[in-house]
Amino acid sequence: MTPKLFQITGRLAQAIPSVLVVIILSFILTRMLPGDPAVYFAGDMADKESIEQMRRSLGLDRSWLEQFYIYIINLIEGDWGISLTTGQPVTDELLARLPASLELTIFGLILSIAAAVPLGIAAANHKDSWIDHFCRILVTAGVSLPIFFTGLFLVYIFYFLLGWAPSPIGRIDILVLSPPPVTGFYTIDSLLANESETFFASLAQLILPAATLGLFALAPIARMTRSAMLGALKSDYVRTARASGLSRKKILLTYALQNSALPIFTTLGMVFSFLLGANVLVEKVFSWPGVGLYAIEALIASDYAAVQGFVLTMALLFVFVNLTIDIILTLIDPRVGFDD
Amino acid sequence: MQRRKFLKTLGVASGASLIPFLKYVPAEASGNNNTLIVVSGSGINSLDLHRKGTNRPSYQVTVNIYDRLVRFGVKELEDGSLAYDSTKIEPEVAESWVVSNDGRSLTFKINPDAIFWDGTPVTAYDVKWSFDRAVSLGGFPAVQMKAGSMTSPEQFVVIDEMTFRVDTPKSSKLTLPDLAVPIPFIINSKVAKNYATDDDPWSTEYLHKNPAGSGAFKIVRWDPGQQFIYERNDNWLLGPKPGVKRVIVREIPSASTRRALTERGDADLYMNVAAKDAKEFKSEGKVTVSGAPIDNCLHVLALNLDYKPYDNIKVRQAIAYALPYEDIISAAAYGRGKPMFGGSEKIPTNITWPQPFPYSTNLEKAKELLAEAGLKNGFETTLSFNLGLADWQEPTSLLIQESLGKIGIKVKLNKIPGANWRTAALVEKRLPMHLENFGGWLNYPDYYFFWAYKNGHLFNSSNYKNTKVENLVDDTMHMSTDDPQYETNVKEMIAIAFEDVPRIPLYQPFLDSAMQKNVNGYASWFHRQLDCRSITKS
Repeated sequence: MTPKLFQITGRLAQAIPSVLVVIILSFILTRMLPGDPAVYFAGDMADKESIEQMRRSLGLDRSWLEQFYIYIINLIEGDWGISLTTGQPVTDELLARLPASLELTIFGLILSIAAAVPLGIAAANHKDSWIDHFCRILVTAGVSLPIFFTGLFLVYIFYFLLGWAPSPIGRIDILVLSPPPVTGFYTIDSLLANESETFFASLAQLILPAATLGLFALAPIARMTRSAMLGALKSDYVRTARASGLSRKKILLTYALQNSALPIFTTLGMVFSFLLGANVLVEKVFSWPGVGLYAIEALIASDYAAVQGFVLTMALLFVFVNLTIDIILTLIDPRVGFDD
Repeated sequence: MQRRKFLKTLGVASGASLIPFLKYVPAEASGNNNTLIVVSGSGINSLDLHRKGTNRPSYQVTVNIYDRLVRFGVKELEDGSLAYDSTKIEPEVAESWVVSNDGRSLTFKINPDAIFWDGTPVTAYDVKWSFDRAVSLGGFPAVQMKAGSMTSPEQFVVIDEMTFRVDTPKSSKLTLPDLAVPIPFIINSKVAKNYATDDDPWSTEYLHKNPAGSGAFKIVRWDPGQQFIYERNDNWLLGPKPGVKRVIVREIPSASTRRALTERGDADLYMNVAAKDAKEFKSEGKVTVSGAPIDNCLHVLALNLDYKPYDNIKVRQAIAYALPYEDIISAAAYGRGKPMFGGSEKIPTNITWPQPFPYSTNLEKAKELLAEAGLKNGFETTLSFNLGLADWQEPTSLLIQESLGKIGIKVKLNKIPGANWRTAALVEKRLPMHLENFGGWLNYPDYYFFWAYKNGHLFNSSNYKNTKVENLVDDTMHMSTDDPQYETNVKEMIAIAFEDVPRIPLYQPFLDSAMQKNVNGYASWFHRQLDCRSITKS
């Protein structure tokens, strides 16, 4: 086995205990939430008797150990339970909502990378020039403006005042039908179905929320790019390349950027996981039917099955993202050869 | 293994959707007067109101897609807004009814024009099956049916195909109006029974996603968490033909976004507008605000008699004199509340309910009463409120805190998350001082007293106990309003509430909705949901 493959298998194996711990923790934590789901779901006028009836039918009169056993058996059978707040099976709901959140996050991240990486490079290349100051202002703004404020502000300007953006009512305009589901990403699905109108409709809905998220993610990426590039530009190999008379472009993009890619990618992984969590506020402002909103509503109602399902999905996703980033890092690290 | 089975069976049933849901939204949807676009803050979670855990927004589905034996009429208010009329009961599926001499049986003749969506007629068998279901499934439906003295299937009798009888153990004025609330809706039992199983004899899993009714609208599409769409049932003959063909109810979680959509004209109707937005919509004048005070509903400050010093009537009255009523109405209710203070008589002269209590802000009087109670230097206490209702409860609490500070009562605020609220306030009743907002569906003062002043009852979060009230409520609850004793009893109840003030009313809240100027026919309902049948768009 090559060391790289060995490393990757090792990382995969490490993920298993973290998932197990998450399952146990999410089970215990949801049950420690204040609030009593039996009372909540028994309804407005429920008396003691109907609350007890509710508790029995939810299985909450059993011991925790018994409940946990049932939960594990159901999980193994692929049954994540029914969410009481929405009345739908948790798996159905997560499968429908996760792509919405992912599409938004990925699109936001792409926007953010497209702006932050060139900005960071330019700022490092022209240290203390106007572009460096501009980068500093943008980064400070991105970090210090609360995400719901940016969202509402953009809605106010581009939808309410100017009328350029479509109404912030979710993934697609009321008039346009959602594309036949394949991946759950409306932009991709509409392209697969060859429906350009749907594609542009869903893209238009994406722009404002993605820009809100992007502005938020801009700061860490731009800053990391700038400092990594500054470090690389000061290094011996860049000095040598300069002395050898290589072109400025070649030095910047090949030698400096490639060596800065490691910290940038690590930051990207972190930012992505972070954005998935920060999503919830954007989802609220833009009525985006994503997992964040789902989780908040479930938490408010002490909806055990939904909260557990959400935590588990997020944990799996984090493990997956970290794993992918680790693998990419091993693959692109110039210090590690490909064939040992 | 009960829970497992419960979850599993549900999982199987909800996987398959059996009604032909609309695959697309026809292109003519918006911008014309056939389609109404409604924005709402919270989504529905079931199409079946009898199911366990069905949330409040889902009640509107039942109202629009199912019929009941009878319904309430609609009246016009002074400002031109429309509201339901609790005193007027009109036929719906029942074309007529007679009450037996002893008042214990109601016999309904079913209208032959009542037709289910599948074309079969509504029969007494369907009514019986639906009513049996409402009393048998437990939970909220059973509690609401009980208010109308209906607790067991034996009370529902099929006389023949088109005649149906309800028997009650005693004659009660609440039975007939209780048949007009959303709960006793009529299901197509022939369809529903096909999906009944031994574990689920009432087809709750099927009806959760697949309605089977006769109502003026059908549900053609439901995307949980996003929207649902009603389409008019053109064969409905039980009332005037609804003015719009299609209603799209879109879930928009952020209130700011709902407001922007309404102001921009992208939404036709915004249900349940917060008081602040309603006030601003009204002053801007771009959209119509239609609202009415919610019948039989009060926002109150409740004092828990199980905690000292609230067991002392003088302390309760002192607090009633120390509340900043006017500030609360202007700064917390934004003027969208009917004053319930400053009444002139200690003994009520009429039975209007709710009516102003004989207290108004008078700090001197409050200090005097506190001194009489031996608490000249005040005391410390905790005021709890529900974070889920923070829009009015937070400013109200702050105003109360400030005002009580002036008579030496140091108030600490305690915010309780929505999920925990019901347990703490209503079930365990362990909050010394708190805000409460009960409203009764059936518009009778004695019905309010039944829930909010009888010891041990859910909304009596004050642990108030008064044998006189207990007896009065028991005697009056089922009494006809024509009974000469009725007025005497209700006045006596109200007088006791005035004197004892375990619940100090702050104001009667409004239910406000905002709509474009071309939307007409909107009416406020006691169930606080949208009845699409009366809406027209020009």
